[in-house]
Amino acid sequence: MSDTTAGLLQVGFLIALLAVAYRPLGGYMARVYSSDKDSRIERGTYRLLGVDARAEQTWAVYARSAIAFSTVSVVLLYLLQRLQSHLPLSLGLPDIGSGLAFNTAASFVSNTNWQSYSPEATMGHLVQFAGLAVQNFLSAAVGMVVAVVVIRGFARSKTDRLGNFWVDLIRTVLRILLPIAVVGGLALVAMGVVQNFSGGHEVTSVIGQTQTIPGGPVASQEVIKELGTNGGGYYNANSGHPFENPNGLSNLFEIFLLLLIPVCLTRTFGLMVKDKRQGYAILGVMGTLWAAFTFAATFFETQGAGTATQAAGAAMEGKETRFGEWASALFATSTTGTSTGAVNSAHDSFTPLGGGTALFHMMLGEVSPGGTGTGLYGMLVLAVLTVFVAGLMVGRTPEYLKKKITAREMKLVSLYILATPTVVLVGASLAMGLASARASIFNTDSPHGFSEVLYAFTSAGNNNGSAFGGLSANIPFYNTALGLVMLIGRFLPIVIVLALAGSFAQQTPVPVTEGTLPTHKALFVTLLIGVVLIVTGLTYFPALTLGPLAEGL
Amino acid sequence: MMASRLPATMRQFGVAARALIVFTLGLGVIYPLAMTGLAQTLFHGNANGSVIKVHGRDVASDLIGQAYTRQATKDGRPEVDADGKPVMVADPLWFQTRPSAVEYDATGSGASQYGPNNADLLAAVQQRRKAVAELEGVDPAQVPPDALTASGSGLDPQISPAYAALQVGRVARERGLDVAEVRQLVRENTSGRTLGFLGEPAVNVVTLNADLSALG
Repeated sequence: MSDTTAGLLQVGFLIALLAVAYRPLGGYMARVYSSDKDSRIERGTYRLLGVDARAEQTWAVYARSAIAFSTVSVVLLYLLQRLQSHLPLSLGLPDIGSGLAFNTAASFVSNTNWQSYSPEATMGHLVQFAGLAVQNFLSAAVGMVVAVVVIRGFARSKTDRLGNFWVDLIRTVLRILLPIAVVGGLALVAMGVVQNFSGGHEVTSVIGQTQTIPGGPVASQEVIKELGTNGGGYYNANSGHPFENPNGLSNLFEIFLLLLIPVCLTRTFGLMVKDKRQGYAILGVMGTLWAAFTFAATFFETQGAGTATQAAGAAMEGKETRFGEWASALFATSTTGTSTGAVNSAHDSFTPLGGGTALFHMMLGEVSPGGTGTGLYGMLVLAVLTVFVAGLMVGRTPEYLKKKITAREMKLVSLYILATPTVVLVGASLAMGLASARASIFNTDSPHGFSEVLYAFTSAGNNNGSAFGGLSANIPFYNTALGLVMLIGRFLPIVIVLALAGSFAQQTPVPVTEGTLPTHKALFVTLLIGVVLIVTGLTYFPALTLGPLAEGL
Repeated sequence: MMASRLPATMRQFGVAARALIVFTLGLGVIYPLAMTGLAQTLFHGNANGSVIKVHGRDVASDLIGQAYTRQATKDGRPEVDADGKPVMVADPLWFQTRPSAVEYDATGSGASQYGPNNADLLAAVQQRRKAVAELEGVDPAQVPPDALTASGSGLDPQISPAYAALQVGRVARERGLDVAEVRQLVRENTSGRTLGFLGEPAVNVVTLNADLSALG
């Protein structure tokens, strides 16, 4: 079978798997978030927490709960790292310094999983499984519940009540993430991923050299790392490490897991707003963008541009033999279109335009299909903008899902759209202006060096977490700057979309008339794709020309 | 009733702290322990790193690559570089794995991070092409890309079937084995794409060399 045939079958198989899961999981999640029944373990948890499960919150209280929970999470994760040497199962590793501990805490709580450190040399087992992996569940859940509130904002009217954060959070973890993680984690072990608490097993090779085989509860973390679109590797090589991703099947399974919830949430959305076609339209936009970027990345990688790449005969630097160019490009697109940031190959060594495709994919705001929850609410904000733009063109009052888009909503949408690019571009400019930050660049002999810095801030601001890994980011400037960018890029948009949801929920629905723009048809899908590309393309185009475009064209 | 009199925000922080403790116990302690218990029971070998034995001794994980190198000699003495580190060259008795950014030290992992136009990478690729062509006694143009590039993990246990085929003649000659016999061993250690289309065909050098070692 030729590489192209196998590669295309691989993509087709992935889409088929997602299609099979779409209705059951999307419908199940809609029921989870609409149900008024609590399981016994949930009731027990509410009592323990002192939460009245039937008391719904306004958007502002919901936001305060989410922020309070995330703040406490940052503090605990910070402390666990600072006190590592005193904790069990730490493999004799020292306490983690304050700058790195802050960066890592911000990173995992914001669902970014940017890693300024090399895990094998930095994080003991305990910090990983009791700190980082816990946030892999919780940060994913926070994104999902915020998306659900945005859906409720459209689905409900004449109310200021949007649900209870604690109930939504606990249900997300117990009913959705944990069951899939248990089954998926065991499936990963069956494929070869390790799951133990060993501190390393020494072997003597056939030529008499010793080698230490690393251990760790990897599968239990790997599964939620993908499912929760987190991306933080147990090992430095992330999903390129054979113990995280041993073969072609595990590779496809991990890509499936990281796309699963973002894709199926569009079904949940369609069901909850009682118009499934709206969900299909959103999925259509996400899917088209994902397919286009997958095609582009695969094309550039198989073309193999670059002097060193051409000297080697193929873009295999930084890629595993078992994955090759196709499965590496597919992973790269899927991880940057979601907020995952796991990598099965070194993006820094991708061809100029192949790596540029991954970078540009994040710049779209990670909406194709985006992170768990974040992708859906990000795309819904862009849908509101699209309706507004279309309304301007034909001179009608814009409305989306029977809700009027007034000045208040548009102010929030504008803030949302400006928030992330601002911190990304300001951060990257600042870094390029500082000699100490420029000194961290690894590939100094081409525009590639600037791409490393731009990639870092884009990844942090969009809560992706992948990197052009040559950049030595474990210095005070990057630890602080990227940490702040991750927190702002995560929580400012969350507060804005919750406010937007609150605003929509209070409205009285407007009747659908002949003049209403249908938001489930191909015309709207096309318009929305255009808005996604133009809004982000124009924002980042100047920066892209200095990096990947200068290197690749 | 105390709780309701506290400022609302403080109350949220209290709930948040209690929730985080509950989640940390459930997801950070019980979940990984239960998963480890299940994995160790159901898939013992995989869960512990797929370790393989030769003559009853643990020699490797079949997922983690190793270096099959020896110290170079210069004027009859072991060669060291400017930093005093031993200079390692391919041991012709064994099949060779790919170049590695971490030299197959599995206490770490990672890629070179060289960009596609990096001059140092270009020089390394050219030097590797020359070295591999010399070792195998073939035309430099025949050396496949995976022999010239470092993997993403630095622990890649596999090489392309093309690179394995290139090494068969040399390994057979050095070991005094029949070429057909070595070629058969390569075939036995070659995996196709999973389900016929997932990933790439590859030869596992670690298990291949273990088989060679088991021969004698």
